[in-house]
Amino acid sequence: MDFGLTEEEKDIRGAAREFAEKEFPDRARECDLNDEFPRDIWKKACDLGFVAPYVPEEYNGAGIGYMGTCIIVEECTRFDPGIGGIPMMIALGSEVVMLYGTEEEKEKYLSKIPTGENICCFAVTEPDAGSDVAGIKTTAVKDGDEWVLNGSKMFITNGTIADWGIFLAITDPDEKKVHRRFSTFIVDMDKAGVNATKIRGKMGLKASDTADISLSDVRVPEENLLGERRRGFYNVMGFFDRSRVYIGAMGVGIAQGALDLALKYAKERKTFGKPLASNQGIQFELADMKTRVEASRNLVYKGAWATDNGIATPMDVAIAKWYACESAVKNCDQSLQIHGGYGYIDEYDIERFYRAAKVTEIFEGAKQIEKMIIARGLLA
Amino acid sequence: MDVIVCVKKVPDTAEADVSVGAGGREINKERLTFAINEWDNYAVEEAIRLKEEDEGTVTVVTVGGKDKEDILRRSLAMGADKAIRLDMEDPEDSFVLANVLYTLIKDQKFDLVLFGAQSGDFNSGVTGVMVARMLGISHAAMVNGIEVLDGRTKTSRELEGGLNEIYEIKLPALFTIQTGINEPRYVSISGIRKARKKELKVMTPADVGVTEVKPMLSLEKMYLPPPGKIAEIIGGSPEEAAAKLASLLKEKGAF
Repeated sequence: MDFGLTEEEKDIRGAAREFAEKEFPDRARECDLNDEFPRDIWKKACDLGFVAPYVPEEYNGAGIGYMGTCIIVEECTRFDPGIGGIPMMIALGSEVVMLYGTEEEKEKYLSKIPTGENICCFAVTEPDAGSDVAGIKTTAVKDGDEWVLNGSKMFITNGTIADWGIFLAITDPDEKKVHRRFSTFIVDMDKAGVNATKIRGKMGLKASDTADISLSDVRVPEENLLGERRRGFYNVMGFFDRSRVYIGAMGVGIAQGALDLALKYAKERKTFGKPLASNQGIQFELADMKTRVEASRNLVYKGAWATDNGIATPMDVAIAKWYACESAVKNCDQSLQIHGGYGYIDEYDIERFYRAAKVTEIFEGAKQIEKMIIARGLLA
Repeated sequence: MDVIVCVKKVPDTAEADVSVGAGGREINKERLTFAINEWDNYAVEEAIRLKEEDEGTVTVVTVGGKDKEDILRRSLAMGADKAIRLDMEDPEDSFVLANVLYTLIKDQKFDLVLFGAQSGDFNSGVTGVMVARMLGISHAAMVNGIEVLDGRTKTSRELEGGLNEIYEIKLPALFTIQTGINEPRYVSISGIRKARKKELKVMTPADVGVTEVKPMLSLEKMYLPPPGKIAEIIGGSPEEAAAKLASLLKEKGAF
């Protein structure tokens, strides 16, 4: 057993850290305040191979798997959770094309994500169906050699900035087996009838775009059915089994970032004539945070390694995602407490981390869903 | 143009808690993180730009153990063509190090040798200049611009007060590079991938014929500067304190 990263992985970590450390801090607060997606940083990240790095080299990706992706995501979110999401948030859904798309679809859509020619989105969630994926109501009806889509999607990352999206819709409502009623489609976002509206007032992670999308008689050609008909639900689950690994890495990055901020503050801030960090009570808090970071990182690495080697179980990935994201929330809470009153104002970065962390326990499967998956693995 | 760049891995002391070791002659390094010397990074970038403008090769060189190889791989990932690590402990004395580097460089093919103008650890700023003297070639220090002409360069040096002076210098030459001469590129994943296929040669002191020389300086003592008196607490009643503050501000020329 070897716990060390390879030389190449260490170099990737160093490269990502340097990029994030130099590019993010000056922009993080402003992007969060203004709900602004920093296009210039996204373009630079694409040039360096940091966007959708799991995409194979033949489709313009870095081809460094989920392990390499997790290392980049961790380093980026460590410096800012919002801008730091660029390596994978911008590409959400692209895996579905990678896993189930035809050669033409991979050329036409997937290969444009790592280069920065396109942004995509993954549209599954609806106003009345989030964790309950099979509860979606959007329909796709065959009309000649076209599919006609109708419905509305909610909380869709990149909704207003995406060039295309993966949409889950009901195609076979009469199928006996509920999970076989759905199919996935690629929809170009400039199609007539697609209407995306930016969601404002998010608690955090505002550098990342979120929208609701309505589909009104949107006609897509027959070949835009992605993967097999009636396999849509399974395609979505296949996606989540991968995306949860790097969302777990986001949890590790935020947890580490919160620890970095706490350490810095506890060493600088003097109370009762001595640095905060000299108090055993504070030291215990720091120890809690460090332990969570290490445990989360190892769980995420295991999930990423198993995914790259084709032996990951949904349970492995769910464990990593749940624990790492809960660690992000807990570390932000402890770090903000160490900051005291200063932590509550936006002059200090911890409040932005604190607001961002919570969503990692909600998106890509709420933590209760992760626990259901773990329990299912135990009891199966 | 063939360029050799000498690089060094130094501790990042900007935000670290620096303490002096028990012997009083070195800082405690266990808790510090190390990276390529900032000035050297600009030198690597400049060498790669010169190569991209005009044919040639860029070779990066460092002295030290295997743990120093990451700065060489990093430079290769930026676009250098090959790297040499001289496998011996970094002498940490400018004259001894200059002698080692001179011995290594004199047998290499080069038109230009670049150093960082100084290093973030000892800040002596003399190693490059000494190597130039040993090689018997022209040099310029604190260089902030290089334009290649035919067999010569037009080289700009930074002086005090925002002034520059420009020389035409015949090649081969050695320049020590000032920060700000360019904007160093980031390392890309494709660069990291390509770097793995490039040559990273490890040589021993015996391979290059390093002879022992004695340091010209000896380090007596290292200590942290004592805290200066920077704050004055103004006591007394609010009226007295306000009057004292007003007179202090007036005295210092604030009004």
